[in-house]
Amino acid sequence: MMGNTSGAGSLGDLDDLYEAIILDHYRNPRNTAPVDSPDIDLEVNNPFCGDEFQIQMKVTDDAVSEIGITGRGCAISQASASLLAELVEGKKSGEVRAAVSAFRRLLKGEEISEDERETLGDIEALSGVRKFPVRIKCALLSWVGLDDALKEHLAK
Amino acid sequence: MSIIGQGTKLSARELDVATVRADFPILSRKINGHPLVYLDNAATTQKPRQVIDAIINYYEQTNSNVHRGVHTLSVESTEAYELARAKVAKFINAPRPETVIWTRNTSESLNLVAATWADANVNEGDNIVITAMEHHSNIVPWQQLAARKKAELRYLAAGKDGLLDMSNVESIIDSRTKIVSVTHISNVLGTINPVAELANRAHEVGAVILIDAAQSVPHMPVDVQAIDADFLCFSAHKMLGPTGIGVLYGKYDLLDEMPPYMFGGDMILEVTYEDARWNDLPYKFEAGTPNIADAIATGAAVDYLTDLGMENVWEHEQQLTSYALDRITPLKGITIFGPEDPALRGGVISFVHDKIHPHDLGTALDQQGIAIRTGHHCAMPLIRSYDVVAAARASFYVYNTKTEIDALVSGISETERYFVQ
Repeated sequence: MMGNTSGAGSLGDLDDLYEAIILDHYRNPRNTAPVDSPDIDLEVNNPFCGDEFQIQMKVTDDAVSEIGITGRGCAISQASASLLAELVEGKKSGEVRAAVSAFRRLLKGEEISEDERETLGDIEALSGVRKFPVRIKCALLSWVGLDDALKEHLAK
Repeated sequence: MSIIGQGTKLSARELDVATVRADFPILSRKINGHPLVYLDNAATTQKPRQVIDAIINYYEQTNSNVHRGVHTLSVESTEAYELARAKVAKFINAPRPETVIWTRNTSESLNLVAATWADANVNEGDNIVITAMEHHSNIVPWQQLAARKKAELRYLAAGKDGLLDMSNVESIIDSRTKIVSVTHISNVLGTINPVAELANRAHEVGAVILIDAAQSVPHMPVDVQAIDADFLCFSAHKMLGPTGIGVLYGKYDLLDEMPPYMFGGDMILEVTYEDARWNDLPYKFEAGTPNIADAIATGAAVDYLTDLGMENVWEHEQQLTSYALDRITPLKGITIFGPEDPALRGGVISFVHDKIHPHDLGTALDQQGIAIRTGHHCAMPLIRSYDVVAAARASFYVYNTKTEIDALVSGISETERYFVQ
């Protein structure tokens, strides 16, 4: 059913960017329900492409107990936000920040460890954006915002 | 609309697009394995061999500073530089070459007027009138000026039909209006604005009119005297010329009264340790060594367009626009912004797909060699007024063909098959 199960045809390298897992998260984003009385509530946006997301989290015992991400954007930014939400739910804040760091390095084309690879799991599908440098910011949008907010929350 | 002949070729003749295309080296490039289909002409246009050669020839044969030396190269440089100015003046029917000031681009031309004429003439309680369909570069300088002067910034609204709402123009442009600054053709909607009518209204109340002609001068015959423009500006790179050079046209008496914009070499007549006297027009506004090579190459671009005939350029783009609207409008999920009637618009078509984000569409089309613009097109307030955050835009020029529009249409369909289940 995915567009790329049959190959991109004249669309060339498009399958490298939009792997099946990304199209799936784009079409069926996870964790989109708003969070009741969130501890962290932020909006991230990229004014250049108009992508905007609201990220809400409940932090209980230093772990992200609940997360909801809603908004609009391109397939990459939406899928990335959905994968992020799935990843962080239930994780300790330190683990989340370590995963964000690994994800940034992955997109920069730097080495990540086997453990980090395991943590990211499906998210590694987003590494295809490395071939499309102008789209890297789409993949990072929600991650950078969430990381900054978490850092700020921890400093309180 | 101002489509006024310039004494070039009034008989409509179809462009020989195949011959035109052969002049553009970049059009033989392949992008991601496909022939380049360049549909981002409202952002910048490609350059013909003649313009590229003008730059090479200048640096190989003539390079020297202008208005300075008595040696042969300096004389030749100066002559070529001033000849290019005269060509531009004739192209827009400016009454004399010294009313054409070289700037870096349209943005600098707009800023120049805001910082000189408007700074000297707009006072507290006055108003500045622009439209809801301006490029950021014709919004922000006026916001800044209005704040500095405690003046009011007023907008002429754009209707959902993409046309300027002229119904309340007499109350918006009133006795306290000092300057009206409007785009001739919207870079998002393609709308051709009634600039002559607006000039008339501005003059009735004693205001001046500044016309952002970045999207009109490259595409249609424009006659600054017929419009009765006080100021008019455009960029060379959007009309086959190089980047880094633009034009400000102004009426002689206005320019003559205006304070300089920048200070330095070439713009002074006499300097003492205490004071300085400004040079005559146009040099008063051209401080420092100018962009000589690109000015000369702009002259070559003007020659190229004049040879094609601006009526023919316009006719060609009207045909492409009409064809593109006919082909794109029926596509499922597509909404096109701007006037429905192709006669009311230039060769710019902005659109959104209800299920595909413009950036995904842009990336997918690029994989097929098709270059379009995606994003807010430096017109955020306008884009948001359509309740979208970004749009895709295809824009045409002299070398584009109906076959390329067919490629765009099938590219959109192909992308839809990929993204939409």
